Amino acid sequence: MSESTQIEVMKQHLIDPEICIRCNSCEEACPIDAITHDANNYVVKPDVCMACQACLPVCPTGAIDNWIRVLAQEPYPIDEQFEWMSLPVEKTLPENAVEIPTGGRREGEQEALAAASTPDGGVVGELKPGDELIEGQPATTAGSSVPPWSAAHPYVNLYTHKNVAEATVAGNYRISADNAESDIHHIVLDFESLPFPVLEGQSIAVFPPGLDARGRPYYARQYSIASPRDGERPGYNNLSLTVKRVTSDYDGNPVAGVCSSYLCDLRRGDKVRVIGPLGATFLMPNLDRANLLMICTGTGAAPMRAMTERCRRLTKRSEFQGRLMLFFGARTQHELPYFGPLMGLPKGFIDINLALSREPDHPKRHVQDLIVERASDVLTLLQDPNTHIYVCGLKGMEHGTLAAMKNIVEASGQSWQELSAGLREQGRMHFETY
Amino acid sequence: MTGIDYSQKIPNNVNLSEDRALQRALEHWQPNYLNWWQSMGPDGSHGFDVYLRTATSVNPDGWAHFDHVKMPDYRWGIFLTPQDGQRKMHFGENKGKDVWQDAPGEYRANLRRIIVTQGDTEPASVEQQRHLGLTAPSLYDLRNLFQVNVEEGRHLWAMAYLLHRYFGRDGREEADALLQRNSGSEDSPRILGAFNEKTPDWLAFYMFTYFTDRDGKFQLSALTESCFDPLARTTRFMLTEEAHHMFVGESGVSRVVQRTAEMMNELKTDDPAVLRKAGVIDLPTIQRYLNFHFSVTIDLFGADESSNAATYYSAGLKGRYEESKRTDDHQLKNDTYRVLKVIDGQLREVEVPMLNALNEVLRDDFIKDSVGGVSRWNRVLEKHGIDFRLITPHKAFNRKIGSLSEIRVSPDGHLLTEEQWRVHQDEWLPTAEDRAFVASLMGRVAEPGKFANWIAPPVIGINRQPVDFEYVRFN
Repeated sequence: MSESTQIEVMKQHLIDPEICIRCNSCEEACPIDAITHDANNYVVKPDVCMACQACLPVCPTGAIDNWIRVLAQEPYPIDEQFEWMSLPVEKTLPENAVEIPTGGRREGEQEALAAASTPDGGVVGELKPGDELIEGQPATTAGSSVPPWSAAHPYVNLYTHKNVAEATVAGNYRISADNAESDIHHIVLDFESLPFPVLEGQSIAVFPPGLDARGRPYYARQYSIASPRDGERPGYNNLSLTVKRVTSDYDGNPVAGVCSSYLCDLRRGDKVRVIGPLGATFLMPNLDRANLLMICTGTGAAPMRAMTERCRRLTKRSEFQGRLMLFFGARTQHELPYFGPLMGLPKGFIDINLALSREPDHPKRHVQDLIVERASDVLTLLQDPNTHIYVCGLKGMEHGTLAAMKNIVEASGQSWQELSAGLREQGRMHFETY
Repeated sequence: MTGIDYSQKIPNNVNLSEDRALQRALEHWQPNYLNWWQSMGPDGSHGFDVYLRTATSVNPDGWAHFDHVKMPDYRWGIFLTPQDGQRKMHFGENKGKDVWQDAPGEYRANLRRIIVTQGDTEPASVEQQRHLGLTAPSLYDLRNLFQVNVEEGRHLWAMAYLLHRYFGRDGREEADALLQRNSGSEDSPRILGAFNEKTPDWLAFYMFTYFTDRDGKFQLSALTESCFDPLARTTRFMLTEEAHHMFVGESGVSRVVQRTAEMMNELKTDDPAVLRKAGVIDLPTIQRYLNFHFSVTIDLFGADESSNAATYYSAGLKGRYEESKRTDDHQLKNDTYRVLKVIDGQLREVEVPMLNALNEVLRDDFIKDSVGGVSRWNRVLEKHGIDFRLITPHKAFNRKIGSLSEIRVSPDGHLLTEEQWRVHQDEWLPTAEDRAFVASLMGRVAEPGKFANWIAPPVIGINRQPVDFEYVRFN
């Protein structure tokens, strides 16, 4: 079936006027101003909403959590929604219609969407707020709330707690050195024939088996995808995760991480229950002249690996000419995930800067120190409108990396406030910290 | 920093541990707060496990964490929405400059006054509601009451933090005084009149949370526009919590109306006496409660003409509701606004300088919002085929503040003599008999899934839990 004759339906995000109390919380919470109101109703703009669900937890009534299937070409416009006294009944839709993701389809994105879609368009699962299901989601507010303009369109929430996907473990390898304190694993999950389209920078959430101390099933835990969009093994429906075994809590007391232990102990052939894909903003530009400035620590390397590998594969086909610069922090060289393969990359392809804080006989250095040391190169990148910045790792990095970039820019006599505002507005600066 | 550090004695996302003097000052205030909660907070509830919503981060994803918690263990603390670092003053005479991260010397006294006035309302509502737990119509409602209580308590924390952090010794003294005044006290009452009124029964509670907490929404919204950035960030987070309070009120009244409508259809009568006998609240009584709470609440916006309001606005201390979405010049020096006055024995609208009428602007925004909700209650009556319609009374009805406080006006807006008012007053405002009747219906229903006869169950439970979920465990 060709793209032009295919009948597409989507779940339109709507607010139930009979339950909504017009408190304005959803409009406040929406990161991309997809929600607006008049004197009568609060409504969701169908051409703006990306179904990120940031509005769901703040709603005190549950009125916000409504998704009605409509023809993708004919969502209810906001003028019509303003008039409603109650939600319309879902219309009968053609049986052969294909479901596409909710919202966010605008002119010019058709190509990007096609690039990210499965041959049959994929199936959208029931949308439910991720916060109830997923523990320890990263905070992303320091950076942009929009993806780069050229980013491919992501699928999100194809699988939810009511519609869990099952993957098979295709491999599980320890990637930290044998003598390293950290136990970091590279885990490959194969979805076989199940549609699970992902982009670099997205994540999935894993349900560990068993019950918690109160006898309830564990929450899912979120992990960034470490492989590029065409799979850990190119052309196969698989992806990889970078998982560090948690052995102590925030206060340093010994504790076995429920989900990380489960994942690190998996064997080939084991089945894993996952939901996702998650994330619609921490996405790489889909542009052959883009530069990536990547800053990470520990398993925050996962999305950087995905992006770097995407660029490497494109470069091999002469489809990418951008510059990559990486700042990577760890305690010692032995604890750097992917240290070997990383060092094998051509110097002309990626500019690698390692910040080791506990390497014997070396001064203690953090990523922000290295960024300042490389000020002139970082400044050149920051001034290039094709540069996109990605920060992933521990929460504490946010402040340090921002301060380092601010110093560099201000030392050159420019306004960091102006530059960073532009980076945020243009979807060129992204944080994912936890 | 967007997460909230719960390992601290005072949970916060403002790096409290880095400011030892402030931390010590707040640790000194905290026991007084807990004493206040023990003596003035929810009556006889200290051992209950309540299904409460607690924020674990100020981001949307950390906003609603639900669990059974004993109320004294609720993690009150200081949560501000993250600083965006780019904000500029967007109204008033300093428009275009960077917002203040500290209280400017020339505006300290006014800012402190704004914060104290807002802060004073928060513990006041807890005090007004302290006996309601004993007569909750269901576990679901009891849980909602306690959720409102703990969040009002946290809002008090938010204001006390601002006073301690930015206003030195004066601020500390004002923060102490917030715990010393008490709602309805003859010696040291709360600052605003509505917060010294009693909330004796659950219909009054729903009306209060619908109307008076909606006043909170508008006041907090005006403060989120403030050029004093810490105040703007504090109130923005408070607004998210305030939404739940309005939900309790709007859905509460709606359920009372629904139950009455069901009984009217069942008994095929609109006779208040018959309906009262059947144990539901007749619609005229609900209308009288509405008249009372609406009129008392709109007084909270202050005098119709106020030079203070003009000063606050021009200085950038307090904006209008949705200031940033309005398209005028945000300075308003040449604008006018129509306010109600009595001229030649008639109520007429007259134009006055907009800057002096900003209280009235906010009041009118509130009225528009309130009327919308009342129309949604009427839809319940429409659905049940009942002709009666609830209406919001005229703006000049039963006013105690501003130029309208000197006249008598009927709910439909007719000027009255004192004699006419006296004759009809009991038709328009709740009488002692009305209150006694409503009080007679109040009795605690504590079995999961059961509801008092005078109120319908909610459409959905909290956090998608079933309606018969054990929202409160008495242990």
